[in-house]
Amino acid sequence: MKFSEQWLREWVSPELSTEALAEQLSMAGLEVDGVEPVAGEFNGVVVGQVVACEQHPNADKLRVTKVDIGAEEHLDIVCGAANCRTGIKVAVATVGAVLPGDFKIKKSKLRGEPSHGMLCSASELELSDDHDGIMELPADAPVGEDFRRWLGLNDHALDIDLTPNRADCLGVKGLAREVGVLNQLDVREPKIEAVAAVCDEQRAIHLDAPEGCPRYLGRVIRNIDVSVASPLWLQERLRRSGIRSIDAVVDVTNYVLLELGHPMHGFDLNAIDGDVHVRWAKDKEEITLLDGQTVTLQDDILLIADEKKALAMAGIFGGEGSGVTDTTKHIFLESAFFAPDAIMGKARRFGLHTDASHRYERGVDPELQATAMERATALILDICGGEAGPVIEACSPAHLPKPAHITLRASRLARLLGITVPAQDVENMLTRLGFAVTKSAEGWDVVVPTYRFDIAIEEDLIEEVARVYGYNNIPTEAPQAALRMQRTEESNVSLRVFKHILMAQGYQEAITYSFVDPKHQAQLYPDLEALTLPHPISVDMSSMRLGLWPGLLVAAGYNQKRQQPNVRLFESGLRFVPDSDAENGIRQEPMLAGVITGSVQGEHWSDGTRAVDFYDVKGHVERLLGATGVDSEYRFEVQTHSALHPGQSAAIYRGEQQVGFVGALHPQFEKTFGIKGRAFVFELALNVIRAREIPLAGPVSRYPSIRRDIAIVVDEQVLAGNILESIRKIGANQLVDLNLFDVYTGANLPENKKSLAIALTLQAVDRTLEDQEVNDIMHTVVQELKNEFNAVLRDS
Amino acid sequence: MDLQANLAEILEAGTAAANAAQTPADIEDVRVEFMGKKGRLTEQLKSLGKLSPEERPKAGQLINQVKHELQELLNERRDALKDAELNARLEAERIDVTLAGRLSQYGGVHPVTRTIQRIEDYFGQLGFAVKEGPEVEDDFHNFDALNIPAQHPARADHDTFYFTPQTMLRTQTSGVQIRTMEVEKPPLRIISPGRVYRNDYDQTHTPMFHQVEGLMVDKNVSFTELKGILHDFLHHFFEEDLDIRFRPSYFPFTEPSAEVDVRRKDGKWLEVLGCGMVHPNVLKAVGIDPEEYTGFAFGMGVERLTMIRYGVNDLRAFFENDLRFLKQFS
Repeated sequence: MKFSEQWLREWVSPELSTEALAEQLSMAGLEVDGVEPVAGEFNGVVVGQVVACEQHPNADKLRVTKVDIGAEEHLDIVCGAANCRTGIKVAVATVGAVLPGDFKIKKSKLRGEPSHGMLCSASELELSDDHDGIMELPADAPVGEDFRRWLGLNDHALDIDLTPNRADCLGVKGLAREVGVLNQLDVREPKIEAVAAVCDEQRAIHLDAPEGCPRYLGRVIRNIDVSVASPLWLQERLRRSGIRSIDAVVDVTNYVLLELGHPMHGFDLNAIDGDVHVRWAKDKEEITLLDGQTVTLQDDILLIADEKKALAMAGIFGGEGSGVTDTTKHIFLESAFFAPDAIMGKARRFGLHTDASHRYERGVDPELQATAMERATALILDICGGEAGPVIEACSPAHLPKPAHITLRASRLARLLGITVPAQDVENMLTRLGFAVTKSAEGWDVVVPTYRFDIAIEEDLIEEVARVYGYNNIPTEAPQAALRMQRTEESNVSLRVFKHILMAQGYQEAITYSFVDPKHQAQLYPDLEALTLPHPISVDMSSMRLGLWPGLLVAAGYNQKRQQPNVRLFESGLRFVPDSDAENGIRQEPMLAGVITGSVQGEHWSDGTRAVDFYDVKGHVERLLGATGVDSEYRFEVQTHSALHPGQSAAIYRGEQQVGFVGALHPQFEKTFGIKGRAFVFELALNVIRAREIPLAGPVSRYPSIRRDIAIVVDEQVLAGNILESIRKIGANQLVDLNLFDVYTGANLPENKKSLAIALTLQAVDRTLEDQEVNDIMHTVVQELKNEFNAVLRDS
Repeated sequence: MDLQANLAEILEAGTAAANAAQTPADIEDVRVEFMGKKGRLTEQLKSLGKLSPEERPKAGQLINQVKHELQELLNERRDALKDAELNARLEAERIDVTLAGRLSQYGGVHPVTRTIQRIEDYFGQLGFAVKEGPEVEDDFHNFDALNIPAQHPARADHDTFYFTPQTMLRTQTSGVQIRTMEVEKPPLRIISPGRVYRNDYDQTHTPMFHQVEGLMVDKNVSFTELKGILHDFLHHFFEEDLDIRFRPSYFPFTEPSAEVDVRRKDGKWLEVLGCGMVHPNVLKAVGIDPEEYTGFAFGMGVERLTMIRYGVNDLRAFFENDLRFLKQFS
């Protein structure tokens, strides 16, 4: 909410600079977002009157004028504005004046005619964006008066970002109350007197929905002249609050809104058929709103209606056809209290947000309707003339909010804040805020004023005390608590350890959005249906990720396009897999995933480089699993994945549990992500791989180990993993190391055959193995490999 | 030829041979030639027997003297040659030590993670346990239990990504408070880092960002302690004695509530976190008696803290994952 500092100071004016006042408001919880001068910086501008205005002899669009500024001689000024004419009062920048943008006014000649000044538009003075001709001042503007002083332009607009609880400060009245409390000053409220009825025209009011509208005041004003513009002072106040002048009736209701924080509405009396009803809408009832859109309502929308039709969405927006127009003669003025519950969320449902709905859903003082009505009536009569009828009030006292009674305990206050605020100060603060305070044995009995919808419990009062006392006056203290160690489980590998392992392999951590392009997911995970955001930022950010690869692959492509061909990225985070058995129908599993592209660690002068391949990324996965201490329980199985190259893809298992996948990105998706060359990816379920074995020390053999190498020839399709598995079974406890150190295909071998060289290291814990024992084991191994894989020893 | 002349000649010949030697092996040849079993000096010693007993000591002494002299010379020469040989080898093995080492490049954590880890470490010292929660959340944990009933204007401020009216992407990590208090009883000290989501995307907003939520519930937790812990944290985090101010604010789940600003080098205040005393309704929603226990809670924006700490200007850089950006945090 924006408002004029001058206006506020009419109510209460502490001896503080503008900056200090803004700071004080912010520090009381009314955050000042901005302080702007209400006009540009200028001087030397005075009120003048055009006393002669003729066509420029040498220029079609220019006029030659004589302007009275109260000096002995009239000024010759050439003016280009179309609305320049004899008789109007204008803002005159005299010779020597400096206008915004350091624009100096000098004596000059325009196409041969002398010009000793300039007639100003509102935009030239930075009063508004309106550069549609020069400003026309009211007829009573005093000629010769300094323009700044006359309009009070040495003023600032304070922009306050109010939190939703402080509806009471959505008007100058409420802000003045706060400023009064903070500076211990009394507030000078303008006197608002009742306007006596001079005609008896009225409309009966029926509260058909008293729970939504417990109080409604209506008044007829006859024979007003809506063609009269609002006075400049009123327009200025609206302007400084960022509100444009529309017509006198709307301007007055807006003025009351800003001054008292109370929304009002003016109806064209002739548009109302019979009595006024405040009622719930009928389901599917329609109304056309002031902005021309027709909306279909539900039965929880409160309406102002007459006997035939809906007139307005109560507390939210007026209806088309019932508002004040330039042909309106008689008006029906509304000043009502609508319950916050009846308005909350309703404007949003229709994509609306109005000054009225903003206030009503937060809470408007239910005792303020009569004051607002009298204020508005007096202003309308002042501006537009007319005859006011009596104020008709319909009220359902049972439905009005009851003022809350709260006990504030001195002990609770001290316990929660950690300081003791003197009782006198507490009473003083609360009283100035409008609370009725009575001392009690424990502390105070407090009655909450009707405008404070946010105060319901003791803690709310404690905040009020703390706020006025000043948060920054409350000392700091180290928290006290019993020293208790946190339980940390050694059997769980911390995510940080995995991250360090990947970093040591050259990976950078990425953070990608959890919502990705549904097209990417449909390609990578065609068999899964992702959870979709109904109202995403954009379609390509609408599909909750089923895995971490879509985001990482986009990031890889992004980097490759920026001259970063060698990408190593990992990410940890949740994937979202629809699952009716899971909480809220979605399984949210923490995953750890990575992508690599390009060559192995750049190019080194000593040994060149090569492109990364499957075994690089597999090595990284093995390194990760190594941190668990149970890496031997994991195995890689040939298994295809929709996202992966069918010949370079492995599922990772621990026992029967699938832990993840590693493989080459299917070449058909390289283009999808703009990846040049091959990309290799892995993804692991963090919850599984975090399980670590606590080490259990065994004996270290004191006896020598024996290494035996064998080279076998098998069909190319035979999997090395199966061969090693088979050897492990035979070697049992005595096989302390097993290493496949060479794979060979080509010359000297039959087609479709490969040779594998395998080193077995054998050792016993309790003795030196005899040659015969070793030979027996090797013999069994060779026999078994022959039986199982049709393997033959090479060169034997 | 008398002995003395003989010895002089042997010494001269030995010296010449030693000086001519080019390798330690040559030295060994010289030693054998003069002092081996059949060496020339050895022969001289053998010939001592032909001398009279009176002459023998004197002659032996002379021979030994020469032998000793020659041995010294050979040792010296051998050491010199060994040194030369080593030096030659070392010279031959000289390399360009300014060439790059063969160490593989080290990666790094994302700057957001870096900040979260620092926050976890600071609060970890004080016994705050790290808790995590789901990101697809229900309205009970994200709103209702946090004292934000349906239709509350504060809900509108959240720009929530809804899936259904009851499920959404969490807008704040505060729901983890609730999930923790549902299963654990006070005293409680937790922090909860994680992703949160708001439907807003412009220069200063990304639809996903990170928060760290903190909660302490105990018998007598007070506002002065909340101020104390956050002052301490901010001073440690920025490693600087910067100005900090607590400004009253509004969060439905805390009362009193505050926003905390730090003063930037340009003198402007910048909001870095929100906090307050846990609202009694929140404690009641999880079955904790607010008369027995009080607590404080705080929530901080990780990106904001990271931007200030490391001079990052563009929020969106965090989620572009440009390696040239990320590597600056390695």
